[in-house]
Amino acid sequence: MNSHEMKEDIIVKVRNLHFSRGDRKIFDGIDLDFHRGKVTAIMGPSGTGKTTLLKLIGGQLRPEQGTIWVNGEDINKLSHKKLYSIRKNMGMLFQSGALLTDMNVFDNVAFPLREHTNLSETQIRDIVLIKLHAVGLRGARNLMPSELSGGMARRVALARAIVRDPAMIMYDEPFTGQDPISMGVLVQLIRLLNDALGMTSIVVSHDVKETAAISDHIYVISQGKVVDSGTPEELQKTTSAWVQQFMLGLPDGPVPFQYPAKDYAEELFD
Amino acid sequence: MLAFLERTGKNTLSVIESMGRSHIFLLNLLLGIPSIIPRPRLLTKQIYMVGVLSLSIIVVSGTFVGAVFALQLFYELQKYGAEQSLGVINAISLVRELGPVVAGLLFAGRACSALSAEIGLMKATEQLSSLEMMAIDPVKRVLAPRFMAGFISLPILALTFSMCGILGGHVVGVELLGVDVGAFWSQMQVKVNFVDDVVNGIIKSMVFAFVVSWIALYQGYDCVPTSEGVSRATTKTVVYSSLWILALDFILTALMYGEI
Repeated sequence: MNSHEMKEDIIVKVRNLHFSRGDRKIFDGIDLDFHRGKVTAIMGPSGTGKTTLLKLIGGQLRPEQGTIWVNGEDINKLSHKKLYSIRKNMGMLFQSGALLTDMNVFDNVAFPLREHTNLSETQIRDIVLIKLHAVGLRGARNLMPSELSGGMARRVALARAIVRDPAMIMYDEPFTGQDPISMGVLVQLIRLLNDALGMTSIVVSHDVKETAAISDHIYVISQGKVVDSGTPEELQKTTSAWVQQFMLGLPDGPVPFQYPAKDYAEELFD
Repeated sequence: MLAFLERTGKNTLSVIESMGRSHIFLLNLLLGIPSIIPRPRLLTKQIYMVGVLSLSIIVVSGTFVGAVFALQLFYELQKYGAEQSLGVINAISLVRELGPVVAGLLFAGRACSALSAEIGLMKATEQLSSLEMMAIDPVKRVLAPRFMAGFISLPILALTFSMCGILGGHVVGVELLGVDVGAFWSQMQVKVNFVDDVVNGIIKSMVFAFVVSWIALYQGYDCVPTSEGVSRATTKTVVYSSLWILALDFILTALMYGEI
């Protein structure tokens, strides 16, 4: 692995990744590259291990086999201290937002700054207000998480994820359960923040249209393998019946509508 | 038969695995305690949550337990003309046994169940994961302050319980049943030994505090992150904590006062 090359272009490199939960194989030797400054999407049906992949990249889970380089460092060979040091340069937007429920919006966004920096409260206030303004919620700074809608909570979590200007941000199903307006806002924010702050974004989602609209590169995974990859335009033209079914949201195809079962007529008249 | 053996083996392995995890968890918890020193506000907030907010139930329970105990004791002692010893018997029973044990049981029901539910919900809503991804160790930031708060609060609550019990006994014995006030307090002063009775009671409550806080936090941290998992963790916390308090009370009493 050429670490100089990694630092130049590829921020996360996954090679021959194997991971299982119990007897179920989640990843069966996948290879992925995430390029610096780009929005890369991981798509696939529910239960294919998209969130697990983010946890593996963040070092929260360890693979059975294979390597994950983040910024030139093998994430699984790092000490606890070094791993935490690398995470300071990462942001992650959780599916639920994962805001700390005993703090208001302002304190949630200020939390990483208070924990990791020696900035004065005046400086923290300015940074937090800038980030909250970026996600359109400067006016909601005194609200508690329980007073926020799902979309607002995710935007606050986004402000918290970017408050220390990380080099990379991971989004776990950012569009799930959002109304069209919130979804539109999030779609726009992910692309805008990526370009304005010069970050790298990894978006895990099964919302095809929204994700394709902002991604530079897409990996489609299923049953532990990368089924297809390319730009959104390339995937639209794919010849793979499986990817076409997924991208167009067709109810039946290589992924059958029916869960495997006995013959229907046979079962009814049994 | 084979299925029975298989199930027994599986359950045994699961218990051993859980014990291993809980001890590693305890080690991390203890290693995380020094990180509280530069930020005492984390600790004071948790002492308020687990200790101060438990005061009302401790004060009320202590008073009634002392009052009922004095009432029962008075009629028995009266048969032997020994009702003037009511104060000392009441006090020794409270500081040695009832204070640490009943306060421990109440603490397990009131504060430990809340700790398990809080940590379990933080896990279920990915708050603990989000802390890890923000490079903040949840053991140091969230768990260690709660553990120390439990360890500090329970002995104080047990003493408060005993104190309220003695006052409850005074109200019933002296004010209602006519025990001589001088005999009530002076016998207590002479016969209650500070080290044998009070300090041993405090040591008991410190051991209980250590164990029940560990159980509560471990059950919350190790729970299945679903509503059912959190509910099971809370139940387990109360059941395990109560059983451990009673078992440890026997062992500690035997070590302190017995000749086993």
